Amino acid sequence: MGARSQEFSAGAIAILPVLIATAPVAVLFGTLAVVKGLSPFEVWLMSATVFAGALQFVAIDQWADPAPLGLLVFTALVVNVRHVLMTASLGRSMTGFSGPTKYVAMFFLSDEAWAFAERRVREAGLTPAYYFGIGVSMWLVWTSSCLLGAVIGRGLGDPSAYGFNFAFSAVFICILVGFWSNWRTGVVLACSGAVSATVHLLVPGAWYIMAGAFAGVGVAAALHAEIDEQKTDGVMPS
Amino acid sequence: MSLDTNTALVIIGMALATYLTRIAGLWLTQLAGVKGRARSAMDALPPAVLMAVIAPTVLATGLAETIAACITVIAAFRLPLLVAAAAGVASVVALRTLIG
Repeated sequence: MGARSQEFSAGAIAILPVLIATAPVAVLFGTLAVVKGLSPFEVWLMSATVFAGALQFVAIDQWADPAPLGLLVFTALVVNVRHVLMTASLGRSMTGFSGPTKYVAMFFLSDEAWAFAERRVREAGLTPAYYFGIGVSMWLVWTSSCLLGAVIGRGLGDPSAYGFNFAFSAVFICILVGFWSNWRTGVVLACSGAVSATVHLLVPGAWYIMAGAFAGVGVAAALHAEIDEQKTDGVMPS
Repeated sequence: MSLDTNTALVIIGMALATYLTRIAGLWLTQLAGVKGRARSAMDALPPAVLMAVIAPTVLATGLAETIAACITVIAAFRLPLLVAAAAGVASVVALRTLIG
């Protein structure tokens, strides 16, 4: 086994626990998407080209017939803007990647792939083979599990009968809990939620997402405390 | 195999927008060092977006959804994602039957 395939396997093995946790979530996504009216092929196409779990759940929640192009593209930018910061950070450590390879690599970026790649940077340095071991195995598991969910989901009827329409909210709540750090998180979430629910009741369309998001971000900026940042800087390697 | 033209356009649009956020960082490596108020605002973006997405369902649909959301929060602090989400869905079905 060459050095490259060894690095590729090392990446795939490192990400294995994440793959096991991701597969059922992907099956759930596929099921919800076909219930919303997408064909299994469309589910696969979205998973294969967009390849962004959180955005895909948000998009399917907003899905209508016909799907609103401008709103969903805008939503994609807003939900994924965190990737700009992740690649800005990881980009500095990709010295072993050629120019074009970097651009291919970035297609496979996810929150999890980023976290594992940054960890590898600190431990041994990041090779392209290791990174693609993470990214390609995640892509294969995500796309095949989404398709599996889509095929299973075709046999199900009215989603509300199973509480499936609440499944989005339940999944998002679980992801949100992972973002909790201190009381400021609570204030940000309270403002975002209050503004979003109010706008939803008063304004037609899905603009409540933007309104709530901006309210939360504004509150986070207003609550920013320099003392906390200095404290964090001392503990976190940056 | 069926593919609607509008659906295909939306998927391609979302894919391009997502890819743009993934490569923009390669041009903006100085953003990684952003600190202070701007950093706090950017860190708050993902949770603020997620909260805004679920708020109408959780806060403005009915008592069953609101209570089930609280149960999901408690479950999510203790259990893996899929188990906690399943507990939330099961409780909303039970609560809808009870409350009506």
